[in-house]
Amino acid sequence: MNGVLISRRLLLASACAAALSLTTLAAHAADAKLKIGFVGVTSGPAAAWGTSNVRSMQTLAAWYNELGGVKIGDKTYELEIVTFDDQKDPKRAVEGMEKMAQEGIHYVVGPNVDDGAAAVRPVAEKNGIIYIPYAFPKELYSPPASNAILGMIANYQSGPAIYKYLMENKGVKKVAFVAANESDPLSQRDSGVAAAKALGLEVVAEKDTYQNDTRDFTPVLTPIVGLKPDLLVLSGVAPANAPLLIRAARELGYEGLISTETAQDAKVLEEGAGELANGFISVGGASTPEIASDRMKEFVERYTKMFGEYNDESNTKVYALDYILETMKANPASMDNVDEFKKTVDTFEAPNPYLKDPNAKLKYVGSTSFGQKRQLAVPMVVNEYKDGAFQTLFVGTVD
Amino acid sequence: MEQVIANGLYLGAQYALVALGLTLIFGLMNVLNFAHGQMYVLGGFITYVVYGQLGLPFVVAVLASGVTLAVVGGLMERYLFRTVIKRSHREESTMLLAAATAFFFDAVILLVFGEKQRGVPKIVKGVFNDFGVILPYDRIVVGLVAAVLILGFIAFMKFTKPGRAMRALAQDRTAAQLMGVEVDRYTMIGFALGAMLAGVTGGLLVSITGVNSGIGGPISIKAFMMIMIGGAGVVSGAIAGGFILGMMESVGLTVLREYGDVTYLVIFAALMIFLSIRPNGLMGKPWG
Repeated sequence: MNGVLISRRLLLASACAAALSLTTLAAHAADAKLKIGFVGVTSGPAAAWGTSNVRSMQTLAAWYNELGGVKIGDKTYELEIVTFDDQKDPKRAVEGMEKMAQEGIHYVVGPNVDDGAAAVRPVAEKNGIIYIPYAFPKELYSPPASNAILGMIANYQSGPAIYKYLMENKGVKKVAFVAANESDPLSQRDSGVAAAKALGLEVVAEKDTYQNDTRDFTPVLTPIVGLKPDLLVLSGVAPANAPLLIRAARELGYEGLISTETAQDAKVLEEGAGELANGFISVGGASTPEIASDRMKEFVERYTKMFGEYNDESNTKVYALDYILETMKANPASMDNVDEFKKTVDTFEAPNPYLKDPNAKLKYVGSTSFGQKRQLAVPMVVNEYKDGAFQTLFVGTVD
Repeated sequence: MEQVIANGLYLGAQYALVALGLTLIFGLMNVLNFAHGQMYVLGGFITYVVYGQLGLPFVVAVLASGVTLAVVGGLMERYLFRTVIKRSHREESTMLLAAATAFFFDAVILLVFGEKQRGVPKIVKGVFNDFGVILPYDRIVVGLVAAVLILGFIAFMKFTKPGRAMRALAQDRTAAQLMGVEVDRYTMIGFALGAMLAGVTGGLLVSITGVNSGIGGPISIKAFMMIMIGGAGVVSGAIAGGFILGMMESVGLTVLREYGDVTYLVIFAALMIFLSIRPNGLMGKPWG
């Protein structure tokens, strides 16, 4: 009996000693916590957009923390991702940004949509927050605005490239646009229509819209399919609606091309439209097997292990956190002073760890579109869906 | 025009089925079940798992959705609504409870099934294309099943003992009790039946429209519109409301497409005018 007691005490003492040494080790590994925020949509039809952000950030943060944290200046920081689901509601996005300000966070990823990104601007500017929206209004990134940095390729950058490619390679002449009756899709539709007309395409439908919560798109698409366009553009389509629209169009006998300038989810397309989605063209995550580095491949593995499945869009979303951290490393004073961050943006360059090309750089771009560097440089990958996966159609870049 | 009518009829059958359960619960208990859309979503996800993930037959999956939701509905009535109705004389208490259950279901569904749009393989492949009408066979099947379910439901309410008891309860609760109707029992059966209809509809339609965790609220709103048009608590009213809304959508989206998204603007404006003239909807009081 005594022997058992002694063994238990020994075991307990060993466990305490082990826990203590682990704690000491962790304390040595990270001197402090660095909080990075996320405000965006992680529920509802557009949830996949925000979820891919959050999961990318959480995967990277777990990875960095596992390696002992991130060294910025003389200190090593453990990363903490603070998230807020704005439910695609601008009022909630403002609440989320205020929450970030209250927590003393200076760097926030999101929001994911135009009205949310526009709504948080005053809060971000007042509280010294740099935010990385996935929204396209130019005024967010053009002077006098200076706190927002576009995290992806905008539709007015990818749209013309896609239409031009389809004109030259697939003989597209007639285009029809359909969009949800919300600010993002409508503004994307308008810029898409302008780009198509500028390229000399005939736009046969440009006013057709639908409610975002529509479940059956057959009545919406019946008149459009009757116009027999060569290309049907689903402007700003939410990942949940894309398979339903594609399915309805194909079942109505539409045989032309279908495209969008927003990122999509292959699994959602496969489940919702199956083989009817084959040939669907969308802007993909900023990586392909041909250009991905080993680090990108490991990121995908870790993400998949952590969340059970991967979203191609995370190939783009992986960049935001690294841009923030690398810019901080380049100028540690920017950690709690966003003016320092803004100064660094103009000259910042670091190796791009997600691309195989050793000369690829992380750098801020956007001078052509916004008159200042307020966009993350990420590869523009245009995909074609085929049998449950995306295949690269072409890869481009933007300034 | 044939296509527009076919679209409207198909949408109407879908909508009528969604509205039936809601109007049944309202008729029986005077409860506006805000969680109806969430029950539909839960039914959709159950079919997604049973048919789409486990690979069991579609019929089994839809039955599983119906049975699960019937149990959930019965438990909700027994332990939530019955308690609140007995303890509170204020009508808004049940409304608040219904709203709370809607939020609760939203959160649970999001947690369990995730945020993504989910879909299942088509139950029937191929498209009917004749007489100027294009309609996929799976929609025809679902439309026919919806019609059979609607007729079956009407027959159940008219010709069976529980159906008659529920109609009696809806017409006059006190008189029904005095005539020996077991109020608690049939109210629970009615709530379970309403929830089951939501689950079966969600299960049926997941094969066409898929399902995601965020659509419960909008579905409830549409269902409320249908029963407002037809008359809350009236079965035939819910059916009429469903078909009217389906037809208005189909015609509006074709005729008004040149003017942008004004179809729902017109529908809402028409609904406001209509309700100011006929506040009880087309069919008036519960059960006519």
